[in-house]
Amino acid sequence: MEYIFQAENIYKQYEKHQALTDVSISVPGKGIFGLLGPNGAGKTTLIRIINQIISPDQGKLFFNGERLTAKHIARIGYLPEERGLYKKMKVGEQALYLARLKNVESKEARKSLKEWFEKFDLLPWWDRKVEELSKGMQQKVQFIITILHKPELLIFDEPFSGFDPINVNLLKSEILKLRDQGTSIIFSTHNMSSVEELCDHIALINKSEKILDGKLDEIKKAHSNRIFTLEIGDLKKPMEEILSPVAKVLRYENGKDGIVRAKVRIDEGYNANDLIKHILPSVHFHGFQEELPSMNDIFIKTVTGKYPQELKKEDLKLHMDIDTQ
Amino acid sequence: MNKTFTIIKREYLSRVRKKSFIVMTILGPLLMAALMIVPVFIARMSDSVYEVAIVDDTRLFSREFVDANNVKFTDINIDVDSAIELMKANKFDAVLHIPATAFQAPSTLRLFTEKAINMNAKLYMESILRNEFELMKLAHAGIDPEVLKATETKISITAIRMLRDGHEQTDYPEVSMGLGIFGGILIYFFVFLFGAQVMRGVMEEKSNRIVEIIVSSVKPFQLMMGKIVGIAMVGLTQFLIWIFLTFAIVGAVSAAMPEVFRFTPQENIYTSSSQSLNPAEVQQQMQQIQQQNTPAGQIMEALRAINYKVMILSFIFYFLGGYLLYAALFAAIGSAVDNEADTQQFMLPITIPMIFSIVMAQMVMNNPAGPVAFWLSIIPFTSPIIMMVRIPFGVPWFDLWLSVILLIAGFLGTTWLAAKIYRTGILMYGKKVSYKELWNWVRRTG
Repeated sequence: MEYIFQAENIYKQYEKHQALTDVSISVPGKGIFGLLGPNGAGKTTLIRIINQIISPDQGKLFFNGERLTAKHIARIGYLPEERGLYKKMKVGEQALYLARLKNVESKEARKSLKEWFEKFDLLPWWDRKVEELSKGMQQKVQFIITILHKPELLIFDEPFSGFDPINVNLLKSEILKLRDQGTSIIFSTHNMSSVEELCDHIALINKSEKILDGKLDEIKKAHSNRIFTLEIGDLKKPMEEILSPVAKVLRYENGKDGIVRAKVRIDEGYNANDLIKHILPSVHFHGFQEELPSMNDIFIKTVTGKYPQELKKEDLKLHMDIDTQ
Repeated sequence: MNKTFTIIKREYLSRVRKKSFIVMTILGPLLMAALMIVPVFIARMSDSVYEVAIVDDTRLFSREFVDANNVKFTDINIDVDSAIELMKANKFDAVLHIPATAFQAPSTLRLFTEKAINMNAKLYMESILRNEFELMKLAHAGIDPEVLKATETKISITAIRMLRDGHEQTDYPEVSMGLGIFGGILIYFFVFLFGAQVMRGVMEEKSNRIVEIIVSSVKPFQLMMGKIVGIAMVGLTQFLIWIFLTFAIVGAVSAAMPEVFRFTPQENIYTSSSQSLNPAEVQQQMQQIQQQNTPAGQIMEALRAINYKVMILSFIFYFLGGYLLYAALFAAIGSAVDNEADTQQFMLPITIPMIFSIVMAQMVMNNPAGPVAFWLSIIPFTSPIIMMVRIPFGVPWFDLWLSVILLIAGFLGTTWLAAKIYRTGILMYGKKVSYKELWNWVRRTG
């Protein structure tokens, strides 16, 4: 597989605090790569290293197979989590300035800025000061600035914070459009539902170490809880009797259409085929589907060792206290 | 390099286009001029005449009281109590009572007023009486006042410096002093004004969180230097416009009112009268010419004798050098803190050498070629101010070059130090930093 970006065995230490320990990630080209982890895990440090804002203590970085150097800066776009603009500066002028810093020609920058401003309904604000804009509009301007120089690799750190749902959708569709045009995207967020919606690959960092890495659907499969949804009718025996000893019922409901929908867990030593074979004589089959855990569950399970349902208050507290660096 | 230029351009334009900059730059010299002229006008207009009634029981002094600018005297030959009644009836502002015993016991002199005393009028009356009393005492002692007057001599030595190139030049140490301290204070003011702008600029970028966006495009060092250089250009622009406007205003005023600025330099007097060897004649000629010289003209002449090329060039150099030296430190402070209040603890090491320079300026002026002046004018942290103080008095080339080289080395050093603090500081939030941590940032590589 072709990788747009690779980091190998990255270490970074601050005064008294290990930010990254032997972290390696490989970001496949032309997809969306989710970089996940609790607060203070080291995500921002890793992102800053990718952007060459800080340098690692140890480790190698590759962009498109080449060693990462200053010349790659113009090919990367970065939307930081904590972001702002000069409040007293005019919007258009500021966007032009930031584009110039990414080596975009003045003329070209102005032309494509006008197009983007048009698209995001910002054109009337071109000559206004940034402080006159709403927070959402400022975020849009920052998004435009990030992608204006047509980078091959985009890094979004919590891109949706501060947006209303309508603009979140606008932004999502723009991000997907960019992906379809062949841009590779690193996407860092705490919002697990958007991870499921957007990401192809993920890496999970916790306490400075990478603890999970791979394709989203493969990770989900690997975290299967052996829970399945059955849709069955014409039960010839009580539910428990039908399932025993292959699976146990977790909960079920009798639909008005006479179909029973049941959530069952297959016991150790059996698989889905065994279950179907076992119950087939006693029921009429309508549907059968594996219930994969949500990314939210996987995140919490991987970080805390327990599924959210099993977590006690103390466990949660422990992971909320980690300070941000 | 290209990006640094883009940053310089933004920093420069965003400040030069501000209203406050335009107002300061254009109105600065005008305000200075107005500050000197307006009080004179106000003093002329507003002061009403202060009327004093004189009750002179001795009948010796009353005719000596000559009306002055704002004081009018009326000799009334009535007793004090009636005079005071008249004053209460608003006929007079004050009553001066000279009792019969005044000459023997001057402490019996009395000035009665209803309102607050006009100090100028009181001083004026005192000087008249002092003068008269002294004359009377001389007469008592049998000394002719005319003789005493004839012995009075006004001494003013004209200092002439022998320049290496054979020229002679009249020295005006008073003007050099004024100019020196003016240059020094201007540097102090400029370094603090524009240094603080650098600090505030860095803090603004940090607190509104644009800094992370920018440093993902340029190196932190480029951003820091772009800001420092951009603001330096703002300072230079302001200074050059001030110089230009000041010369224009002074030129216009002296052309419009030549009689105020009439002056014949003293060297010319010597040259023109050197044929005549009679000292009395020379003295007379000089006095005659000097009487035509107005004080304003004298100042103008002294100012004309100053080597402006050296003054302006050295001001520009020491402003830039001092500014670069301190601005880097200001930038480092701005990067290390989250808000203005936290800057205080780090400001001290910057403020102390600057204030120390201003305090020492007086000592340097008293002996502009002494060891204190020498050392303070070559140490980079004090040299921008102290050298400006020294320059109007004339500085040896060796001192000047040593000071220049050390100042350049100084700002390269502080910039290197500041850059290390800066690149860590701008990304550090929510933490109160100590000197120890700053030192750790400096030592850290990568």
